[in-house]
Amino acid sequence: MSSPESPDAKGPLDGVRVVDLSRVWAGPHCTRILADLGAEVIHISGRGLVGRRTVTRETAEAIGIYPDNEPGERHWNRHVLNNDMLRNKLDITLELNTERGVELFKRLVKISDIVIENYSPRVMPKLGIDYPVLKAINPAIIYCSMPGYGAEGPFQHFVSYGTTIDPHSGLASRMGYPGEEPHMSGNAYPDPASGMFATGAIMTALFARNRTGKGQCIAMAQSESGAALTGEASLGYQLSSEVPPRIGNGHVRKAPHGAYPTRGNDKWIAISVGSEDQWAAFCGEINSPEWVTDERFGTLEDRMQNQAELDRLVSEWTCDKNAYDVMRQLQAVGIAAGVVVNADELMNDEHLNDRGFFWKFDHPEAGTHSHAGQPIRLSETPARHYRPAPTLGQHHPYVLGELLGLSNDEISALEESGVIGYEPLVREL
Amino acid sequence: MATVSEPTQGALSELTVLDLSHHVAGAYCGKLLAAFGAEVIKVEAPEGGDVARQVGPFPNGKPDPESSALYLYLNMGKKGLTLDLISDEGAGVLKELVVKADVLIENFAPGVMESMGLDYTTLSAINPRLVMASISNFGQSGPYRDYRADTMVEMALSGQMYVNGDPDREPLTSAGYQPSYQAALYTYSGIMAALLARDRDGKGQYIDVSIQEAMASEHQFTLNGFTASGKIRMRAGNRYGSVHPTTILPCKASNGKPGLVSLGISDPTQYVLFLQLLDMSELLDDPRFANPTLCANNHEAFNALVHPWFMEHSAEEIVHALQDNRIPAAFVNEVNEVLEDPQYEYRGFWKAIEHPVAGTRRYAGLPYHLSEAPPVYDRANLLGEHTDEVLAGKLNYDGERLAQLREGGVI
Repeated sequence: MSSPESPDAKGPLDGVRVVDLSRVWAGPHCTRILADLGAEVIHISGRGLVGRRTVTRETAEAIGIYPDNEPGERHWNRHVLNNDMLRNKLDITLELNTERGVELFKRLVKISDIVIENYSPRVMPKLGIDYPVLKAINPAIIYCSMPGYGAEGPFQHFVSYGTTIDPHSGLASRMGYPGEEPHMSGNAYPDPASGMFATGAIMTALFARNRTGKGQCIAMAQSESGAALTGEASLGYQLSSEVPPRIGNGHVRKAPHGAYPTRGNDKWIAISVGSEDQWAAFCGEINSPEWVTDERFGTLEDRMQNQAELDRLVSEWTCDKNAYDVMRQLQAVGIAAGVVVNADELMNDEHLNDRGFFWKFDHPEAGTHSHAGQPIRLSETPARHYRPAPTLGQHHPYVLGELLGLSNDEISALEESGVIGYEPLVREL
Repeated sequence: MATVSEPTQGALSELTVLDLSHHVAGAYCGKLLAAFGAEVIKVEAPEGGDVARQVGPFPNGKPDPESSALYLYLNMGKKGLTLDLISDEGAGVLKELVVKADVLIENFAPGVMESMGLDYTTLSAINPRLVMASISNFGQSGPYRDYRADTMVEMALSGQMYVNGDPDREPLTSAGYQPSYQAALYTYSGIMAALLARDRDGKGQYIDVSIQEAMASEHQFTLNGFTASGKIRMRAGNRYGSVHPTTILPCKASNGKPGLVSLGISDPTQYVLFLQLLDMSELLDDPRFANPTLCANNHEAFNALVHPWFMEHSAEEIVHALQDNRIPAAFVNEVNEVLEDPQYEYRGFWKAIEHPVAGTRRYAGLPYHLSEAPPVYDRANLLGEHTDEVLAGKLNYDGERLAQLREGGVI
């Protein structure tokens, strides 16, 4: 296989071709990992879905995702989050509501290994490209669909995002200030979490196909990822008959356990004191060795009883200190403590940088930016930074020309008839 | 390159996995492999076993190592072997098992495997086809390598915690074990990738997964906003940052439940439809509420304006009224309510599984079905339940050898 800019070393998924119809986050998070691992991921953009034709400077500032808040002439190529999601992938446009678009899509599926989409369950049948159709074209195809609630059942047609899956699945019920309502995660956590399940499932199906020669359909429900990730709590409820209460940053078996203010604006240190040994060490560090025998704090039970008082005293100790100093001081004596890092501190974290976690991508239209690397660190076939995100439709010549054998004239004709293109379609609002 | 053979009962049923995990991250990873038919051998210390067995919750609050919800859930479908890895003899038995294994998972603190003489260099010399995965709080290298952590500390150092909660209160962690779960999922994918590479290259490899890196990879919006424009993503309260109403709002209580409903409106078209449904389209003419982005800047005033309508309608009415118009809305469930939710019920998500100590309970399944290789669900192992079976079956140990190991406290 001669994909453009192909590197020397072979990733574990080298030679695997993925047709990626996924959108927003959950699906793209999955195919981003497959691409980091060396798969040839061909992202298909529907130009009606790319966004509006223009983005104002004002909107750009509100979102903060364009380089220097400047959307530029082709904002769709400068969206840094999309560019992170599309890194290592190839991009073509294809309007799947046209006969020609569907025909080309099917030809691509015939020479591919994986198809992934995260549309609602009605979309693919309506376009005439659901699993039974694609399986007939290519029996070895692995097809992954990942709608919010699954393809059957009373909520099958519900529209969802990670933000609504969060409360529905019970995940949000596990976060919240003491005694208050369930709290949504600040980052639509169910999205990437669902993408992770899909990634593992797809590779499991690839492993099976290496043995049987047959593909299969992976049918996901994103709402079930959330419930799987709280499975110990739903089982725990059945055993104990107790619905776990929301306890903020508290812990049922540890005290002190919380986020304490430190010097500066909105700077916090998370401190978790687990064992009695750690408690004794902690008392020594905060210059209150007498607390070990203090009737308010002597045992874990005492500390749980008098948590408010304990938290107040710990805050008094932390509030004029540098958060990193507190972390290092406590970690040095074996106490779990961590700075509550913001985006700036995270990307400048000495440990993550020492491990080379961040990858720099140099994008022709967006410039150079650092992104999270790949937590899957394989010793022999590592994940890699192969290429920056494609611009919209960048790989028409390779995919339509080289892979599908279309002539330059045929590709031009597709552009003229609007089946492919290089700009978003005007969307009605 | 595919070779055709008889279909097997699970996609991974040819694999033998040595699961040296404790607590959450390694254990959940092993469970995912077991769900597709891999023979996963959970190796526990003879005294007390996995620490998760002490965590619970337990039936009636009474601790019992065989009825901890955490252990039961994370170790479904595994075989139980006890082995004292700290003893030379125990480590020797493990090395014999490594010869027969495809995958080894461990989540000890970095350096522990080496101290037992069971580091990757040693084990890969014994079995070059071995795929070994280590999960740790901060990875096997770097200045924080030996730092301690729990869920909250991982949420803090991965940047997740800073963006959870109210802007004028302390940041929030979550209960449960999300950082460990995410690391388990990355490791599962890493193991599958390594096995696919092994199909091609014929040799195994080592996988180093850091829980901090896993969790730092699960919120690209935070990192990319900063790298793009220097924006520091801030806590937004119980809503999603830049658009509104993507939030949880109070509504009319019904069926004895306090009224809460989740909205996920970010699309301008859905926003217009939503206000039409509430008969409040005039808000679109107010510059504060003209679209979801502007609405986010004025979310408190907006919530106050729509509050009366929400208090007149139950979550049931609101979710269906909105969804009938293809506007994202959802129920807000506690963990017990998820067990009663009709959608999970319909898809058969909960699996009733019998356990000799914990009884028959409903366990969360996997969020995906594979059409040709459906997952298999089985109960967690008892401590040391399969010790004899594994050692006799895999290593041909006879009764005498087993008795000798048992006497020495090795198994």
